[in-house]
Amino acid sequence: MNLLFHIGNYFLMLSKVFGKFTKWSVLKRLILADIDNLIIGSMGIVSFISFFVGGVVAIQTALNLDNPLLPDYLVGYATRQSVILEFAPTFISIIMAGKAGSYITSSIGTMRVTEQIDALEVMGINTYNYLIFPKIIALLFYPFVITLSMFLGIFGGYMACVYGGFSSTSGFIDGIQLDFIPFHVTYAFVKTILFAFILATVPSYHGYHLNGGALSVGKASTTAFVWSSVLIILINYIITQMLLT
Amino acid sequence: MIKVANLQKSFEETPVLKGISTTFEKGITNLIIGRSGSGKTVFLKCLLGLYEHDSGTINFDGLEMDTMSRKQHRELRKQMGMVFQGSALFDSLTVEENVMFPMEMFTKKSHEEMRDRANEVIKRVNLIDANHKLPSEISGGMQKRVAIARAIVLNPKFLFCDEPNSGLDPKTAIVIDNLISEITDEYNITTVINTHDMNSVMEIGEKIIFLDQGEKAWEGSNKEIFKTDNKAVTDFVYSSNLMKKVRQVYLES
Repeated sequence: MNLLFHIGNYFLMLSKVFGKFTKWSVLKRLILADIDNLIIGSMGIVSFISFFVGGVVAIQTALNLDNPLLPDYLVGYATRQSVILEFAPTFISIIMAGKAGSYITSSIGTMRVTEQIDALEVMGINTYNYLIFPKIIALLFYPFVITLSMFLGIFGGYMACVYGGFSSTSGFIDGIQLDFIPFHVTYAFVKTILFAFILATVPSYHGYHLNGGALSVGKASTTAFVWSSVLIILINYIITQMLLT
Repeated sequence: MIKVANLQKSFEETPVLKGISTTFEKGITNLIIGRSGSGKTVFLKCLLGLYEHDSGTINFDGLEMDTMSRKQHRELRKQMGMVFQGSALFDSLTVEENVMFPMEMFTKKSHEEMRDRANEVIKRVNLIDANHKLPSEISGGMQKRVAIARAIVLNPKFLFCDEPNSGLDPKTAIVIDNLISEITDEYNITTVINTHDMNSVMEIGEKIIFLDQGEKAWEGSNKEIFKTDNKAVTDFVYSSNLMKKVRQVYLES
């Protein structure tokens, strides 16, 4: 019953987000601030993780392909497939659920605890639109983060393979070009857009509807991370089933 | 003027407001007092429209809240100013930006016009050299002044204050009380203050409503509160020895 209540409340929240719009000049400022915090502010950690995890994927693939009959290019091929299909869109989204999600929950939650949301409501502002809509728009730029992650993941794999002596440059390059299916990139970006919507709205829901004080902000951030991750994994499964089988 | 008739509000079958009727007059400071849990905050939030009441009516200058159109409701909101207990200033905005915020949302003024008006009200609440500071960089008393400046920047008809001097030292609390009282007089607005503070009651309580367990137990002025023999009021107001002595001196004089 409790879960159904929250699902219903979440969709009610979404309908209000697209209700009465905030003045464009104010909204524009909020969107730019959220792009800065959620997208540009995440580039560093995403780049770091992508580069090194890409490297680890390549090394582990190379170590498991120790049969001399297996071609050199398989490492590049496996790295590309792992990074584009799963690592960049899904793994990075789980990390973003922790980074951007907890930022969203705690910032909105603190506004709730300190009565700033009440102050906006008293002024007659649609607080759902004012607080959540800019985050949804900002996270429309999330595919750029994932594109960067894909590039750096594969580049990290290349560096690890070539400089670690697991594969030759030409072998790795051949591998990443082998049997390339452009639809796999489309599939990755379809997932990314859906994950971006979850990353913007689920933490917002938990921040907006929290009750209590400072401790509740921490609890809500954790709950938001858990639910965002669960939804990302579930949607990942459903989309994969729908688009790749 | 705000007229409230038979206002009722419950939370999950627990009645919190049990048929409150009163009138908040224009141009004077109206105080709501009562013990913690007596329903003061719920009453204030019902007046503000933050909580929907179950039954009864709230009438703002002849317009009934329940029968208002959406447009009228939006207009009414613009005529309301609110000072929250914790000031509720926007953390990421400077003092000046906080005060400009309602104008930015609801007026078509140029940036210069908004800044001039913001500076005018910031000066009115006696804030000096704080325009470009963030709320976290100023004291609690200064934050309250900014909250008052933000509440009056659109020339509201109604000003609501929830515990405006909680957490302040006695001297600053009196300054804030007097500021609210002066602004009420100057702007000729209907001011409703929710408070626990007996200094406020004595200093600016032109009209006082005492709530007890969700009911209006007493209504009168700060002069009349000395003479009342309503047990609930005397138990609450004269609970300290100091207040008992103040009452004794007042009655003797």
